[in-house]
Amino acid sequence: MWVRSTLAYRTSFALMTFGNFAASGLDFVAIWLMFSRVHALGGFALPEVAFLYGTCSLALGLADLLVGSLDRLGARIRDGTLDVLLLRPAPVYAQIAADRFALRRLGRTSQGLLVLLWSIGHLDVAWTAGRILMVPLMAVCGTAIFGAVYTAGAAFQFWAQDAAELQNSLTYGGNALLQYPPTVFARDLVRGVTFVIPLAFVNWLPALWVLGRPYPLHLPGWTAFLGPAVAALMVAGAALAWRHGVRAYRSTGS
Amino acid sequence: MLYVAVAAGSFRRYATYRAATAAGLITNTAFGFIIAYTYLALWNQRPHLGGYGPAQALTFAWTGQALLSVVMIATGGVDELQDRIRSGDVAVDLYRPADLQLWWLAADLGRAGFQLVGRGLVPVAVGALAFPLALPDDPLTWGWFLLSAALGAVVSFGLRYLVALSAFWLLDSSGLAMVSGLSCMFFSGMVLPLRVFPGHLADLAQLLPWAALLQVPADVLIGARTGGALLRGLAFQAAWALALLALGRLVQSAATRKVVVHGG
Repeated sequence: MWVRSTLAYRTSFALMTFGNFAASGLDFVAIWLMFSRVHALGGFALPEVAFLYGTCSLALGLADLLVGSLDRLGARIRDGTLDVLLLRPAPVYAQIAADRFALRRLGRTSQGLLVLLWSIGHLDVAWTAGRILMVPLMAVCGTAIFGAVYTAGAAFQFWAQDAAELQNSLTYGGNALLQYPPTVFARDLVRGVTFVIPLAFVNWLPALWVLGRPYPLHLPGWTAFLGPAVAALMVAGAALAWRHGVRAYRSTGS
Repeated sequence: MLYVAVAAGSFRRYATYRAATAAGLITNTAFGFIIAYTYLALWNQRPHLGGYGPAQALTFAWTGQALLSVVMIATGGVDELQDRIRSGDVAVDLYRPADLQLWWLAADLGRAGFQLVGRGLVPVAVGALAFPLALPDDPLTWGWFLLSAALGAVVSFGLRYLVALSAFWLLDSSGLAMVSGLSCMFFSGMVLPLRVFPGHLADLAQLLPWAALLQVPADVLIGARTGGALLRGLAFQAAWALALLALGRLVQSAATRKVVVHGG
């Protein structure tokens, strides 16, 4: 229904999709402008940074497409319309995820995919079957990890109704972080996104394996393949937080 | 006096969203760290890129996070006004014994004032603790920076007011707001300091109104604009502020002639 309603305003839909495409593209323009002044950033060449950029943009874009509407939960709690959803005979999670489902979010996804394809064409990598398979696996696991962050952020809003922006620092902030090679950042920051909130498994560790680069923090070789396990753990944790949040929910009353 | 009260009311209104301010602060600080590290990587390779030293580049990054919500970089229009125009509520505003443009300017400056205190100080303080920043010792420089930031807020309002007024003709101005927000993001220096842009793009970008939002205030703070360059920067901002407000006034009078109020 939301898809049809947005497609009804064709000009607006086209403009917004283009806007989404261009908005997420600005990050890449920044990287490209940087590379007009230097040949390497943190020891990585442009196609390698583009590979990191493409893989995390694609993962975030897909997660945003699927469950990005969850950040409206705080607004729904504040104005009391969440109660309506709770009364309907369908899972609340699915209803909110589908709420104002915005096809225009395809902008970020397609832009990430384009950069990824460009980088794959320019990378100096011996493409074995394992390396080729790792790319779609990264997209799936990355989507699950970002999706778990969206869900946990939404669950947190059952307690702090006004803090939708908090999850932005993890999703969009994480995205901005993962676009650059880990060698750019301080070790403590890399430790944080590896062990505390394991965003590093979205693309850093598997991508460094594909690129044949050393891992940060002297991690052992097999950590690059932990993506599915980490994604499963995070999804389970987010699901638990969500259930807890729905149970704890007390309507605003009146 | 009326407009001072409007500004004060707007300041207080934004001060009530405490959780939102805290969440915004965390986001600004997180982005500050990420951008600061990427700038460090860039300036390690090219130590005098754009005429900045590494400490100045880091200060630029944190100033950007501090001013982001003050001058509303990345936000296209005045959302509330756009909604009021679309729903027709603006007719009530036009009926009030107050000027539409000055009313919204006052409200927006009140908002900017709160954001400067609520979301500007902490990122710069955190940045100064974590990195060697090039902050000025001279209180006078801080004063010039505040003046420059205030002028930036007026230029930002001038641009966003025009976008909002376009709703009189377009009804749904969200597409235009998005394009405006993107230009703002790119040409304000938020994505990369304008002086680092290649060749003529750098010169052109520094003449456009968006340079008044972040590039000029940040240059004042990090000491890249002193003496004559400082005054030229402030004059540049003031000229754009006046030009955009005058244009807004022109568009406003054309728009109000267009409004037909249906009674009932």
